[in-house]
Amino acid sequence: MATAVEYWRWTESRWTAPDVDWRAGKVITAGVDVGSVSTQAVIVVDGKLYAYSSMRTGSDSPQSAQKAMDWATEGTGMTIDNVRYVVGTGYGRVNVPFANRTITEIACHARGANFIYGPSVRTVLDMGGQDCKAIRCDEKGKVSSFLMNDKCAAGTGRGMEVFADLLAVPIEDVGSLSLSVAEEPPPVSSTCVVFAKTEATGLLRAGWPKNRVVAAYCSAMAHRVVTLLERIGVEAEFAITGGISKNVGIVRRIEKELGVKALEPGLDAQLAGGLGAALFAYALAARAAS
Amino acid sequence: MLANYGYQDGSGSYFITIDTDKCDGCGRCVTACPYGVMVVGPDEADPLRDLPVATVADEHRRKIKYSCGPCKPTSGVRELPCLLACPWEALAHSW
Repeated sequence: MATAVEYWRWTESRWTAPDVDWRAGKVITAGVDVGSVSTQAVIVVDGKLYAYSSMRTGSDSPQSAQKAMDWATEGTGMTIDNVRYVVGTGYGRVNVPFANRTITEIACHARGANFIYGPSVRTVLDMGGQDCKAIRCDEKGKVSSFLMNDKCAAGTGRGMEVFADLLAVPIEDVGSLSLSVAEEPPPVSSTCVVFAKTEATGLLRAGWPKNRVVAAYCSAMAHRVVTLLERIGVEAEFAITGGISKNVGIVRRIEKELGVKALEPGLDAQLAGGLGAALFAYALAARAAS
Repeated sequence: MLANYGYQDGSGSYFITIDTDKCDGCGRCVTACPYGVMVVGPDEADPLRDLPVATVADEHRRKIKYSCGPCKPTSGVRELPCLLACPWEALAHSW
């Protein structure tokens, strides 16, 4: 029997800082971001990034958190006992069994984006697996205004997975494929993922090539999140975090509609939540010690 | 901080905005709301803040159009009980 190709499946990853000896560090803290689609575990030694892992969230959140943590520490000799303080965040934050505290992803994303993009970031758009957040923050990564849309899947990674599957395009290629159109097609009229899928099926039947259909969807998705951003107001510098930040088709269209360039991440922007949690853990550990 | 709770859907935008710099968590909005929409608790978006703050209860965040509906005027002007109760003018409705 032939195995079905899972077009929506993205690559999991892990990383360890090659030149850091964690045993020489004073305070080791960790952040675990259990999202609806992906889970990241980030380990910070004295406030500096040491290791991370990014993998799919399974149906069992506590197990996903544990697996991500195990993968992040793999080969380093570090165990959970070496970690002073753990903060859980994300949709499944209450399901991190070894967390000392939970913090909402809004605070963590702002803090994480501040680390990844630098202190000049004022507006953060987090396009996650199952919701979308618009956040304004100051130079320390402290939230000054936020708005979250978790009522529908429009503008989310899950919506993009549905499209990758429908069109049989690997999810990592969706963005560049959508930019390969000679002329921008009108956006699909519905941002609801279910209705947009119906509409896309109709467009395919009408003879539209795949790249035109994804372009129409990406442009609808971009427009949708721009209306969210406009409610809180956009101030430069602007940055996108979460899995969708890797989709150039969406990023370019948001930039075009806003008239503002998005910063290029120096690190995987999907880590922002977990990284922010680990940095809060560092601040909270210092507070607990004093 | 301006904390926006609510959503945007095909019928419009429904957000309750709380200015957490003005709110001291006194809880008058909680008492004033007949439908239990408001609650007071730790600041979710600022984990290092010690002062409690008003938020929209979790179970109402995805349906505030309906939860707040009975207080909304069908014609003319009517002050909302939660807004009237707040001495700091920290609350606002987007619709």
